[in-house]
Amino acid sequence: MADRAQHRNLAFLWFTSWRMLWRDWRGGELGILAIGLVIAVTSITAVGFFTDRIERGLQLQSAELIGADLVITSSRPDVFDHIKDARAQAFSVAITQQFRSVVLGNDRPQLVEVKAVTTDYPLRGVLRVSDTPFGADEATTAIPARGDIWVEARMLQLLDLVVGDKVSLGAADFTIRKVLRYEPDRAGDMFSVAPRVLMNRADVDATDLIGTGALVNYRVLIAGAPGRIGFYRDDLAFSLRQGEQILTVEEGRPELNTALEKARQFLGLAALISVLLAGVAVATVAWRYTNRHLDTSAMLRCLGAAQRTIIQLFVLELLWLALLASTVGCVLGLLTQFVISGLLDQLLLTQLPPPSFRALLLGYATGIVMLVGFALPPLLSLRQVPPLRVLRKDVPVASVSRWFVYVAVVLCMFVLLYWQIGDLKLVSIVLGGITVTLLVLAIAAFGLIVLLNRLRGRVGVAWRFGLANIARRPASSVIQVVAFGLGIMVMLLLSTVRTDLLDEWQHSLPAKAPNHFVINVQPDQVDGITDYFRARGVEGTRLYPMVRARLVEINGKRVRTGDYESERAKHMITREFNLSWAEQMQVDNTLEAGDWWGREDFGTPLLSLESKLAKTLGLKLDDVMSFDVNGTLIDFTLSNLRRVDWDNFNINFFTVVPPGVLEDKPASWVTSVYLDDQQRQQLGELVRSWPNVTLIDVDTIMKRVRGIMERVTLAVEFVFLFTILAGLAVLYAAIQANQDERRFENAVLRTLGAKKHTLMLGLLAEFTTLGALSGLLAGLAATGLAWTLAETVFRFDYRFDPTVALSGIVSGTLIVVIAGMLGTRSVMTHPPIQTLREGAS
Amino acid sequence: MTGVESKTFVEARTLGKQVSTREGVLTLLDDINFSIAAGTSVAILGASGSGKTTLLGLLAGLDMPSSGDVMIDGRRLNDFDEDGRAQLRAELIGFVFQNFQLLFGMTALENVMLPLELAQAPHPRKTAAEILERVGLGERLGHYPNQLSGGEQQRCAIARAFATRPRCLFADEPTGNLDSETGKHIIDLLFELNSEQGTTLVMATHDAQLSRLCERRLRLDAGRLVTPEEIPADG
Ligand SMILES: Nc1ncnc2c1ncn2[C@@H]1O[C@H](COP(=O)(O)OP(=O)(O)O)[C@@H](O)[C@H]1O
Ligand SMILES: [Mg+2]
Repeated sequence: MADRAQHRNLAFLWFTSWRMLWRDWRGGELGILAIGLVIAVTSITAVGFFTDRIERGLQLQSAELIGADLVITSSRPDVFDHIKDARAQAFSVAITQQFRSVVLGNDRPQLVEVKAVTTDYPLRGVLRVSDTPFGADEATTAIPARGDIWVEARMLQLLDLVVGDKVSLGAADFTIRKVLRYEPDRAGDMFSVAPRVLMNRADVDATDLIGTGALVNYRVLIAGAPGRIGFYRDDLAFSLRQGEQILTVEEGRPELNTALEKARQFLGLAALISVLLAGVAVATVAWRYTNRHLDTSAMLRCLGAAQRTIIQLFVLELLWLALLASTVGCVLGLLTQFVISGLLDQLLLTQLPPPSFRALLLGYATGIVMLVGFALPPLLSLRQVPPLRVLRKDVPVASVSRWFVYVAVVLCMFVLLYWQIGDLKLVSIVLGGITVTLLVLAIAAFGLIVLLNRLRGRVGVAWRFGLANIARRPASSVIQVVAFGLGIMVMLLLSTVRTDLLDEWQHSLPAKAPNHFVINVQPDQVDGITDYFRARGVEGTRLYPMVRARLVEINGKRVRTGDYESERAKHMITREFNLSWAEQMQVDNTLEAGDWWGREDFGTPLLSLESKLAKTLGLKLDDVMSFDVNGTLIDFTLSNLRRVDWDNFNINFFTVVPPGVLEDKPASWVTSVYLDDQQRQQLGELVRSWPNVTLIDVDTIMKRVRGIMERVTLAVEFVFLFTILAGLAVLYAAIQANQDERRFENAVLRTLGAKKHTLMLGLLAEFTTLGALSGLLAGLAATGLAWTLAETVFRFDYRFDPTVALSGIVSGTLIVVIAGMLGTRSVMTHPPIQTLREGAS
Repeated sequence: MTGVESKTFVEARTLGKQVSTREGVLTLLDDINFSIAAGTSVAILGASGSGKTTLLGLLAGLDMPSSGDVMIDGRRLNDFDEDGRAQLRAELIGFVFQNFQLLFGMTALENVMLPLELAQAPHPRKTAAEILERVGLGERLGHYPNQLSGGEQQRCAIARAFATRPRCLFADEPTGNLDSETGKHIIDLLFELNSEQGTTLVMATHDAQLSRLCERRLRLDAGRLVTPEEIPADG
């Protein structure tokens, strides 16, 4: 029995709350609440879907560095025994076989790096080829047909060959069919001396080259679902035989990753701001909404409804609304996401994985938390509405501790946003910044309003009304100034700071950023190479020395991969370090800790370490890193940490030491230069004069990075549209916030004989003051926030711009006056008797 | 009263008001005709919902009729636009509401100053203070409406209505929200000021006893004037 009663009660709640929703909807109450929610949900899901795809895309992209998710490498062909097992587990498998050999072409021999591959190679990433050495390149999923080879441009120049020529390799003849421009898993071999020849593995036997004692590297490439690959790798660890080694996805190409990372930050920023703004809009309207429901609530109480029932009804009504609005937002978000990824899709080396539906969950969570969170505090105060309010409107309503709830809401939003954006620093700064801004705005607004109140006795009639209007309702005026201020601040951030940030970012990769690396230069060739470039109009070429070294001990303790948690740390300590030496720090580096050495330190084994690496390895100043340099153990003391921008394509080193320490060790020299198309055509000369020197062409990858920047800029602008919408929603909400009061006041004033003209002037004065106040505060806040963002997140130098505050005042006044006058039109046309009959107070 | 030549101040001519609702067109007032002489007091008597507030609203130009005309001091309200009617109100008309309708963010003094400022009267502050003194709120000038009792709020509203010395005052159930004791004081005040200033008074009420204080009574029933002309006192 009790059960049935309960069911009936539940059904009552569901139906009544649903009906209440429709009734309120018809009354036009909920429009702006819904709009705010839809904007928030749309922008968070759109960016959520997208960043999620990018995230997984990045992972795939890193996988390209080894051409697979997992590689087993060995110098013995029995590594292929693993193939059966991997195939049995339904992984994709490909094989590569690499060895050095000599190609004969034009009767000249050339040492080459041969790589023989099977059909599916590479499993991750794509090859790019072209028909002429420096012609337009295109992606391909094919591999060389039997009897064909694809070769690096360098080889064609070395041997004076063109595409279509025949060469011999071992016992077989091959036709050069394509120029190999990009090979995803070449990264590790960047320093190889010989040019690449790519061939079909089916042709290997015909060359008769294997088995004659040649050093061959056999690889099994494996790809599959991330989770299963992880398990497979763990299993493999037990079944590995001697000489076999597993390569897994480590770090991606730093330049591309940096670009995509920035893209994510920008998009995240846009989404964050939209969500927070929409939150402010929702909070502003929720306040009015509940105010209006005070009467309903009191009435329901008079009719005998329990407090609990009333709250349940309202919460359910809000939940209905949140569900509806979130659904709309999610659908829009999904659509938007397609636009964004459409803009970016072609730019990644891989196809983006399809959207995952985690973002949907987040969309709904955001919608519900936001609406219930922001509307709940005022709702809770409904519970305290005494039934007496039905009789007397001036019965005060005790307010519950709203702060507690607001703090809870902010925390919830923080968790949600962090979950979605995944950038703790960005989320903290923006959320903290906006919270602080809100507080500062509120306090400043309150102060100014108190000042205005003093003023109102001393100004003319229209201004007097305007100022009185503001001062008359301090609470809603503060809310208005804050909301206006926030809206304008965001617009300012978007119009001035956005372009600044994006410009700075694009400038970080200047048009003439180096597009070629020259490596493997021997000490006696340094002057020759420098002269070579100078003679061809390439100025300021600086060569850097580097000595290979292996990290052996840290603070006297042998380094072991097992001592490190992070994959990156494991990878970094096992790879070869390139120690360079320099008198001065490179100008594009920034000293973060310690001091750069002086002349008196030359010859002392000090070490300057890149700061991120220091963090990864947990190193601090004065730690000792011992390197094995060509058989000698040298203890270097960490004397300073540098920040390095890896994305500008300059030569940079993780480890730099003072001059006078490594000069007697075998060093090679490297440099990076920018070459235009004409200068590139002459590179053959360089290679012929210094055959041991290796040239690496990064033009393709640079173009890609630049392309990403351009498209990301577009995508960001697109997402910022939502932010603008959210800003407008806030403005609208702010105008609406005290529309009832305004309507009532105007009705009374008109009853007392005020002319439209007078009322308009009063409103004009009011909105001008509000706009100017909010604009001023917004300008200051925008400058502060932009500076903080530039300094701490995006790491640009922000140039302080005093005109932002000025344009804040001007645009604030204009926007608020126009929006205000438009928004209050109905106030002016509504017959006063009706307004007074409705009893707005 | 017949034969006495007195100037008509307020006149309704075939006045009608209809509103369209979801359920169809609703007639609130139908074919209302009467005239009120300057300086007299008239009660509009009727049950709740009979259309009293609607009628007063039309007479004061706070709303527009669907048909017919309102004449104030010989001028057709229909000939004026919203601003013209506002101007007329500022010059000629005062209004007292059942629920006071004071502005909550303004002090008693500022509320009373409002119509004076709007009419650009000289010394609004001084005049307002005087009239507040007159209604017994001399000590409460700086108080806000929510610091005043209902009766005090209505006094303040009356002060606001009389501040510009209007030729005609419309009072819509001025005691409707007050207890009978306070209501009586308010009515006394209203009539005192009315006779001091020689104002034409049009008061809507559902209270037959109250209506007897007026020189004439008009009875409204479901939007129609039941007795178009004079109801004899105690008739
Ligand atoms: N704008 C309107 N729409 C629909 N009905 C209205 C409107 N204004 C008034 N009414 C109705 O007209 C009738 C007369 O109202 P009113 O003039 O307030 O009466 P009274 O003041 O005599 O109580 C009432 O039934 C009221 O509900
Ligand atoms: Mg009424």
